[in-house]
Amino acid sequence: MITNYYERDKLLVFKINEEIDECTVKDIRRKADYEIERFMPREVVFDFDNVTFMDSAGIGMVIGRFKQAQLLRRKDKNCKFKQ
Amino acid sequence: MKNKINNNEMKLEFLSKSNNEAFARISVAAFVSQLDPTIEEISDIKTAVSEAVTNAIVHGYEDSMGIVTIICKIHENEVYIEISDNGKGIENIEMAKQPLYTTRPNLERSGMGFTIMESFMDELNVQSILGLGTKVTMKKKIKQTEEIEDMPVTLEEALRG
Ligand SMILES: Nc1ncnc2c1ncn2[C@@H]1O[C@H](COP(=O)(O)OP(=O)(O)OP(=O)(O)O)[C@@H](O)[C@H]1O
Ligand SMILES: [Mg+2]
Repeated sequence: MITNYYERDKLLVFKINEEIDECTVKDIRRKADYEIERFMPREVVFDFDNVTFMDSAGIGMVIGRFKQAQLLRRKDKNCKFKQ
Repeated sequence: MKNKINNNEMKLEFLSKSNNEAFARISVAAFVSQLDPTIEEISDIKTAVSEAVTNAIVHGYEDSMGIVTIICKIHENEVYIEISDNGKGIENIEMAKQPLYTTRPNLERSGMGFTIMESFMDELNVQSILGLGTKVTMKKKIKQTEEIEDMPVTLEEALRG
């Protein structure tokens, strides 16, 4: 997963480059949560363009980050899905 | 000559470690590739296998270690997949199969596993005995691609994802 933070727009982009299942999602989740707390962005984008496999673990991860965003009382996270 | 292998069978046994999830779905995909499935059919099967295997590991065995067994059979153009564990079992199968139902919401589960298996495969059957384990069986017909213009998946493509 590659993380990019755009200071001007307070935009945090996670580009996921691996398959997402219950095994790999733990790492993705841990890194994403760490970066979100570090940057406190206004907007978070998950880019799934390079994701060749995803099961319900990925759905859970996105819903989980969404809830976390609400907790942090930030603007809703945009999720860019392309598959 | 294509489509001459009409019956085949394999069996896999592995430890309930989550890094075996990818191994399990890729192995089944590679085995099924002899039927010349489309990329979409392969990806449906991989996702369904991943859901059942993850359930065996996460819910069946929880924090303990056990063996997950996969039996995969090919009969004509139909794939039969059986995934079983000797874990804790399911108390109420009908309830477990409901969309969004999960006993572990704290782990960010979406409760979509059985719903995904049901919609990606033609048939889903769940058998379980509390304390003894769970067996999930699924079937899917692979459309014959001879006449269709669809590109069949090669073994290399299936392995790559
Ligand atoms: N092999 C199993 N052994 C014991 N319990 C199981 C097994 N498979 C499923 N279950 C039970 O059925 C419930 C529903 O399973 P399902 O896969 O639909 O959702 P989930 O695993 O909770 O969430 P998700 O699959 O979306 O991450 C689980 O929460 C669990 O209680
Ligand atoms: Mg599940």
